[in-house]
Amino acid sequence: MNAIAVMLITQAVHGLAYGMLLFLVASGFTLIFGMMGILNIAHASFFMLAAYVAFQIMAWSGNFWLALLLAPLAIAFLGILMERVMLRRIRRFKLGKALVLFELMLTVGIMVCIEEAVKNIWGTDPQIINAPDALRGLIPCFGMTYPAYRLFIIGLACSILILLSIVLFKTRLGNIVRAAVQDAEMTVALGINVPLVFTFVFGLGTWLAGVAGVAAGPLLTVFPGLANQMLLDSFIVVALGGFGSLMGAFIISMFLGELTAFGVQFFPGYSTIILFGFMAFVLTFRPLGLFGERE
Amino acid sequence: MLLEVKDLNSYYGLSHVLQGMSLTVYSGEIVGLLGRNGMGKSTTLKSIMGLVRPKSGSIRFQNQEIAGHESYQIARAGIAYVPEERRIFSNLTVLENLMMGVKPGENQYQGGWTLAKLYHHFPFMKDRSAQKGAHLSGGEQQMLSIARALMGNPALLLVDEPTEGLAPLMVQEVRDVLLKINKEGVAILIVEHNLKVALSLVERVYLMGKGHIGFSGSVQELQSMPHVQEQYLSI
Ligand SMILES: Nc1ncnc2c1ncn2[C@@H]1O[C@H](COP(=O)(O)OP(=O)(O)OP(=O)(O)O)[C@@H](O)[C@H]1O
Ligand SMILES: [Mg+2]
Repeated sequence: MNAIAVMLITQAVHGLAYGMLLFLVASGFTLIFGMMGILNIAHASFFMLAAYVAFQIMAWSGNFWLALLLAPLAIAFLGILMERVMLRRIRRFKLGKALVLFELMLTVGIMVCIEEAVKNIWGTDPQIINAPDALRGLIPCFGMTYPAYRLFIIGLACSILILLSIVLFKTRLGNIVRAAVQDAEMTVALGINVPLVFTFVFGLGTWLAGVAGVAAGPLLTVFPGLANQMLLDSFIVVALGGFGSLMGAFIISMFLGELTAFGVQFFPGYSTIILFGFMAFVLTFRPLGLFGERE
Repeated sequence: MLLEVKDLNSYYGLSHVLQGMSLTVYSGEIVGLLGRNGMGKSTTLKSIMGLVRPKSGSIRFQNQEIAGHESYQIARAGIAYVPEERRIFSNLTVLENLMMGVKPGENQYQGGWTLAKLYHHFPFMKDRSAQKGAHLSGGEQQMLSIARALMGNPALLLVDEPTEGLAPLMVQEVRDVLLKINKEGVAILIVEHNLKVALSLVERVYLMGKGHIGFSGSVQELQSMPHVQEQYLSI
């Protein structure tokens, strides 16, 4: 195979792996926004925190799989705590239209707290998480070799996507979530404890961010700024994919992953401008996103 | 007495919309709540349903105080709501919409209103069960909204302007369906702008002035008092 084809395929796999991570983060982001109208700015901070928690668990146990199991659960617990203790309380006050702003400021506050806490506990130096032995090295396939760890990420995210789709489209719980994304008030009037469903979705969303954070650890270096890039990219995914639309989030995540991978190759420096310009353009003309469903 | 609303006060922000609203619904009857635009009819239904939190007053349903309860608790207690805008879940299928009406812990075979029975009453829903709610016509969405409410086997149905924007034939159909439902023992509190339809359905009426009841009585009484109709209705 010629060198250019190899380079293209390698970049494509890189893009796919990043796109998958992005999807794991953005799917929770978009579900939480679609359902509760909360733009949780701290969402990507949970992603970053998960990488640190995984780093710590690995420092203690040396076991990546244990970290992959426990860190997302810890993050989900924090997310649920945040929803139950803070976001739920703030809704009780009659803030009317200003509620959205107060919620936004609250989540910004949490984002800053997480970042500063991480700096205090682990310092600002980048930390390294090693992939487990089984996932190091390259896997040969169709006359090429692929980094095993990236393939693992792609497989993991695909499995989660399939599981998520089954829950969302084939179960009663999924119907309730989709109904509440569209019209929470009507759903509650049908006898469904929507606040409890909110908590579940919040927990699920932060869990997904946690899984992504652990999975990203060995791929990207772990440092406090890890949240920033992810937050901006999640923004784009949610804005372009349509608020609350999982399918839209998936398509845009993949697109963005590839654009990031190839943009670095072909037009470094401009990909970010193009992307955010495009986002502003789409928001101007199609505020519900390219794949957003109209109410 | 099935439902007793007493001295209810509800606000949207600073605007005092319900000002000492009171009404009563007895088991198995159909009661009309009529009045001009903006008097607070929809707000009354929303307050009963817990979607608007009344500031003061009492709402007793089957001898239990429900004012201030969460909306889902009120629904589980046996009140169902068919809102003005129908509010079908447009990205869910017809069947999924119906199943959303089933109360937690129950199933589609339980109680008087089973899926099979609703399919019998509304054959189009069976044929189009896999279609998205968005693909239904206005009249069909109204029927689906009513059927969805029935899936929870309510003792009382709150219906807000069910015939609004429907063709005359469809208006008749909605009216007939509500009568049938009532024959099965479900009490109905209906807000309806079409006076002819309203009077052909209900036994008693409440007419609302601004935020409170201005007249209550039987349909015959109302018909014998043209000045009352003139005062409270736009005819
Ligand atoms: N969400 C809201 N926020 C603020 N004011 C509202 C809101 N909904 C209704 N109102 C106001 O409250 C008053 C009562 O409204 P409501 O919808 O209960 O009237 P209605 O009797 O149902 O009228 P209609 O026949 O037009 O449906 C109106 O003046 C209306 O403008
Ligand atoms: Mg109204």
